[in-house]
Amino acid sequence: MSLILLIEQVLNGVQSGIMLFLMAAGLTLIFGVMGLINLAHGSLYMVGAFAAAAVAAATGSFLLALVAALAAAALAGCLIEMTVIRRLYDRDHLDQVLATFALILIFSEGTRFLFGSFPLFLDIPSALSGPVMLPGGIQYPLYRLVIIGVGLAIAAGLFLLIARTRIGIQIRAGEADREMIAALGVDIAKLYTLIFALGAALAGLAGALVGAIQSVQVGMGEPVLILAFVVIVIGGIGSIKGALIGALLVGLTDTLGSVLLPLLFANFMEASAATSVGSSLASMSIYILMAGVLLFKPTGLFGEA
Amino acid sequence: MKMKTLVMAASVAALAAGGAWAEEGKVKVGMITTLSGGGAGLGIDVRDGFMLAAKMAGNENLEVVIEDDQRKPEIAVQLADKMIQSEKVDVMTGIIWSNLAMAVVPAATAQGKFYLSPNAGPSALAGKGCNKLYFNVAWQNDNLHEAAGAYANDAGYKNTFMLAPNYPAGKDALTGYKRTYKGEAAGEVYTDLGQTDYAAQIAQIRASGADSVFFFLPGGMGISFLKQYANSGVDLPVVGPAFSFDQGILQAVGEAALGIKNASQWNKDLDNEANKEFVAAFQEEYDRLPSLYASQGYDTANLLLSAMDKADVSDEDAFQAALKEADFASVRGKFSFGNNQHPIQDYYVREVVKEGDVYTNKLVGPSLTDHADAYAADCKM
Repeated sequence: MSLILLIEQVLNGVQSGIMLFLMAAGLTLIFGVMGLINLAHGSLYMVGAFAAAAVAAATGSFLLALVAALAAAALAGCLIEMTVIRRLYDRDHLDQVLATFALILIFSEGTRFLFGSFPLFLDIPSALSGPVMLPGGIQYPLYRLVIIGVGLAIAAGLFLLIARTRIGIQIRAGEADREMIAALGVDIAKLYTLIFALGAALAGLAGALVGAIQSVQVGMGEPVLILAFVVIVIGGIGSIKGALIGALLVGLTDTLGSVLLPLLFANFMEASAATSVGSSLASMSIYILMAGVLLFKPTGLFGEA
Repeated sequence: MKMKTLVMAASVAALAAGGAWAEEGKVKVGMITTLSGGGAGLGIDVRDGFMLAAKMAGNENLEVVIEDDQRKPEIAVQLADKMIQSEKVDVMTGIIWSNLAMAVVPAATAQGKFYLSPNAGPSALAGKGCNKLYFNVAWQNDNLHEAAGAYANDAGYKNTFMLAPNYPAGKDALTGYKRTYKGEAAGEVYTDLGQTDYAAQIAQIRASGADSVFFFLPGGMGISFLKQYANSGVDLPVVGPAFSFDQGILQAVGEAALGIKNASQWNKDLDNEANKEFVAAFQEEYDRLPSLYASQGYDTANLLLSAMDKADVSDEDAFQAALKEADFASVRGKFSFGNNQHPIQDYYVREVVKEGDVYTNKLVGPSLTDHADAYAADCKM
């Protein structure tokens, strides 16, 4: 395999990791601060993608579509937090899983009711379409580079928000001891709604960005949700830094595994058998990674016991 | 819409009456298909095509009960049990996915029910596992890929990169393509089922030195692949089965699909009377263009109606013989059954074009004529 191809695959891995980070960041915040398992996080991703597709079709502007995705997902997040999720904080995880699973079904059927059963169209804006030439002769799609840039900017913004602002202090305090900060006069209910909406907006943004290069359809969020859970388990629950590192690890393992493992097996196996075995092993690779991390660090890379 | 509501109401009423017993000449059909979840578009098209034919025939002896399997094998099995045991259906149909068909069909035929497949055609039911109560009205799974391979030869492709999901139908796809394709393989890659990002595979295609790309990625997977491929700067010609270029999907792919050749047993501009009537009536009834799946649902209903005119469903042998004659006007033109009760039919090459604002397919020419499947010889019937 040539070096250029390898570098291109590393870029692909980074890009898919960055997208996972946007999903995992919200999930890990919500789990870390509120102790809530939110299975409906994938539905918020879908809401973002559908809102973007609808607005892009109506106005033709991708920027407006992104704004709509953020707003719609945040709004949906606020709505379910205030009506359903709020009642679940004190319940055990099984109740939370049941209730948020019900939300998945409601969101999926609601979306089908509004938009029909056929996938929607959402395309990359023409200014960002097509490949660019990188130094070293690597041809790479511009849009994917933009996704990497946007994702890194959001990661930086989140670090600043959590480390440097008053809300960040409250979030960290809420994570450490929620009774205490409520006693200190912080409106914990409002804080929770805010965090939930923030997580939802990030998921919605990821849905819209990814929707432009994938298929906008009902149920698109669930496969990503599973990967996002793997990411937060690897990174350590509640840690934004862990989510970023975990997402990049998962993205790289997944991408490079699917390329390199079949090649590895081809060295000592017949070609079609190598493809078959290599692909099967590649789809397991991230779970093997997760098991490996848990073996040495049971709370994840950056998690606290 | 009105028609559907009526039929639903009729079925509900029948349910409430506690499973009416079959009367002379009546046929009760149990349709299990996917009406919710990710693959709902396919099931809805099959149902709409089937119900359109039923409405146009106006045969009062035909009664249809429709249930949603949610694309889950365990639910399909439960529904099948319910339809066979408490609803006492005579004929079953509707299943889209091969894994669901494998869970339901052998059990249904073992209990003496006819099964007419409007879509799934797993090889296990075409060869040794063939059954005289099982008819496939669409194709055997490998067929469209074989037609794509035949087209690749005609187009002069010598070095194809092949791509399919890592599950039985994906492996059948590459097997089918290679059965007719005579050139070399630049690469063979199995992707995850449900994979949404193909950047890694597209980079491999770029580096492989291939002169063409064959892919079988049904549903959302195909949409993702085509959009990413169009944006990658790789501009090798693409060929594939009709599934990734169907009416329900094309609008979501958009420009990225334009000009791509795909293989199918049907297209809306196929020149025969039955097809013209079908396309016009479907647009009139549902206000959208019919898809491949709708055409298969329509043919399935017409096959059943033709057999009802000739024999009574309670006489198993006579009804089976009547079905096997395939004495109906298929929207595909020529249509007959082979010894394993799978279609012998023509396959065509289509090209994706834009008509006004709508992306659709145009017929280009024949690919395989009077083509049967490769498993028929294993069927002892």
